[in-house]
Amino acid sequence: MNGMSLHKKLEENSALLIFGILFVSSIGGLVQVLPSLYQESLRTASVNTRPYDAVELTGRDIYIREGCSVCHSQQIRPIIAEVERYGPYSRAGEFVYDRPFMWGSKRTGPDLHRIGGKYSDDWHYIHLIDPRSVVPASIMPGYPWLAKRDVKTTDIQRKMRALKTLGHPYEEADIENSPSALEGLKEIDALIRYLQMMGTSFVEAEEEVQS
Amino acid sequence: MATEQQYYYDDVVKRLVQFSVIWAVVAMAVGVYLAAELVWPTIDFGQPWLSFGRLRPLHTNGIIFGFGVSALMATGFYSVQRTCHVPLFAPRLAWFLCYGWQLLVFLGGISLLAGWNTSKEYAELEWPFDIAITVLWVCFAIVFFGTIAIRKIKPIYISNWFYGALIIVVAIVHIVNNLAIPVTFSKSYSLYAGAQDAIVQWWYGHNAVGFLLTGGFLGMMYYFLPKQAGKPIWSYKLSVVAFWAFTYSYIWAGPHHLHYNAIPEWVQSLGMVMSLVLLAPSWATMVNGIMTVSGAWEKLRTDPALKFIVLSLAFYGLATFEGPMMAIRSVNVVSHFTDWTIGHVHSGALGWNAMITYGTFYFLVPRLVGTELYSVKLANMHFWLALAGTMLYIVSMWAAGVSQGLLWLSLDSTGELSYSFRDIMASMAPYYGLRFIAGLIFLAGTLLMAYNFYMTTRSRETVKVKPPAVDPAFGVAS
Repeated sequence: MNGMSLHKKLEENSALLIFGILFVSSIGGLVQVLPSLYQESLRTASVNTRPYDAVELTGRDIYIREGCSVCHSQQIRPIIAEVERYGPYSRAGEFVYDRPFMWGSKRTGPDLHRIGGKYSDDWHYIHLIDPRSVVPASIMPGYPWLAKRDVKTTDIQRKMRALKTLGHPYEEADIENSPSALEGLKEIDALIRYLQMMGTSFVEAEEEVQS
Repeated sequence: MATEQQYYYDDVVKRLVQFSVIWAVVAMAVGVYLAAELVWPTIDFGQPWLSFGRLRPLHTNGIIFGFGVSALMATGFYSVQRTCHVPLFAPRLAWFLCYGWQLLVFLGGISLLAGWNTSKEYAELEWPFDIAITVLWVCFAIVFFGTIAIRKIKPIYISNWFYGALIIVVAIVHIVNNLAIPVTFSKSYSLYAGAQDAIVQWWYGHNAVGFLLTGGFLGMMYYFLPKQAGKPIWSYKLSVVAFWAFTYSYIWAGPHHLHYNAIPEWVQSLGMVMSLVLLAPSWATMVNGIMTVSGAWEKLRTDPALKFIVLSLAFYGLATFEGPMMAIRSVNVVSHFTDWTIGHVHSGALGWNAMITYGTFYFLVPRLVGTELYSVKLANMHFWLALAGTMLYIVSMWAAGVSQGLLWLSLDSTGELSYSFRDIMASMAPYYGLRFIAGLIFLAGTLLMAYNFYMTTRSRETVKVKPPAVDPAFGVAS
């Protein structure tokens, strides 16, 4: 019985064909994806990496809602030019509280992983509302509505509880106080808080080692 | 259910073709608008739902799930009936799927404009839609595999393997990638975090491209190309070998989207090697298609449908060569994060997916209503618009991407960066302008096709076709 006559069985039996496709297509996932889900180094937080607080988490969810990751990556590759341009390259341990990951696939605008602390809050505020007032050649959209909308305080506890069940180490007191932490904030304020903390945990850790 | 039906269920095929054309027009128009926003950034008029970040997932989801999947369902149902010599299994379920899917794409699109967005590429729809996709996909599987199960022809034709692989593998990667904890109706958190989420996402993202935009459309090619060329597939053995090699190797290639990112190096290397391996089955299939047309070349002069399909194979060859090259780490270091990726995607999406679908529809639509195409002249015009639009698009994005990639990496003699990000970004303006024009040209062609189909089908009933008598040599013993 040669290969082709063996194959004749497959192509005359739909159940065998379905099984064959399932078997052949699952090998890659089982060998490549499944082991990385159990790799400890990919789920161990870097020294100073902590879960997002209520305001930062709210800011991050606004970043997700507005599709910022379509044009901005959060992933500095270990290449000299990138480290010079953006700062220390990204480590897996810095992202263990990122659900979902926001590494992106396109840089229409610059990478933002180490944007935290590079510009003032006021700069971000003006830039988000009208990017061309500070960067004349910018093609980024403006986000004027973020300055008008109040931050939603009703979901935050449910969000933090959901993340806690996934293993984010939130204290019960933090969850209890989260709505009051958001009180009076506009959406733009939360987004700026998120931008300002982004990528800062690694730099702090480095300084700690040096001192 | 389908026991005594004498005729093929082609009404549902026709309706799916109509929806597919509508989504093509809508989603491509959104694409053109997005291209314009990169030239004139203020044309979102400060409206959240017109903002680039919200429109972009609408464009990609509209093309993939609206245009692409509707076309795959239409052509899949058309060809599975004919290759099995039986009408569809569970025709009511097929109708439910037809309208259910359109409702899903429509409401899903609105949800994206409202900012319901998981941010995982091509899986942006939030959890209620993910569940709806899963349910509808099971309906798709029941109708498709059910029809194969009640077939009157013993061998299962190769196009059906590809449609089958599409249904099975997309179901698996969709479910695994979208596992999440719902918080509210419009918000959920991924079960995976950080680097692991990235690996799972690109295992999904790459195989949505692989089994939907490549495999599914290869199924279309394997049925409709031989039909139009009037010749059998050139090498049956080659198609068998290529199918299994394709199904095995595609699933490994996802990590090439994460080169030099914070994931283990062995995962990146494996992804790169398997991406290179993938060139073999991809090109084997292209050669098989081109050789099938060989000897029927004179038809290219008169048959716009065949012209589209042959051109689509050329772009398929181009994109499946370019893909593995971009998966090489030292090439990827330049191409990653640039507009080159956008160019690559569109050489596949415009040159391969859209063109083969257009060719197939030019074949299908007149046959479904039993008449000639309203205007061959318009179809020929469409062909040249599609070709010109695609070429201009990918050439402008290559130029943009390669220069972006090299300028970002460029260091002067003292080791300092040569150019600021702002200057490099500002230098993209002419390329983005050309891309906008390219998109307009391609969209204009698609509109001509929509008009041509409207004039061809209007006030005409679907032709009733009976399954032919079964050759006893291939029949299923009953």
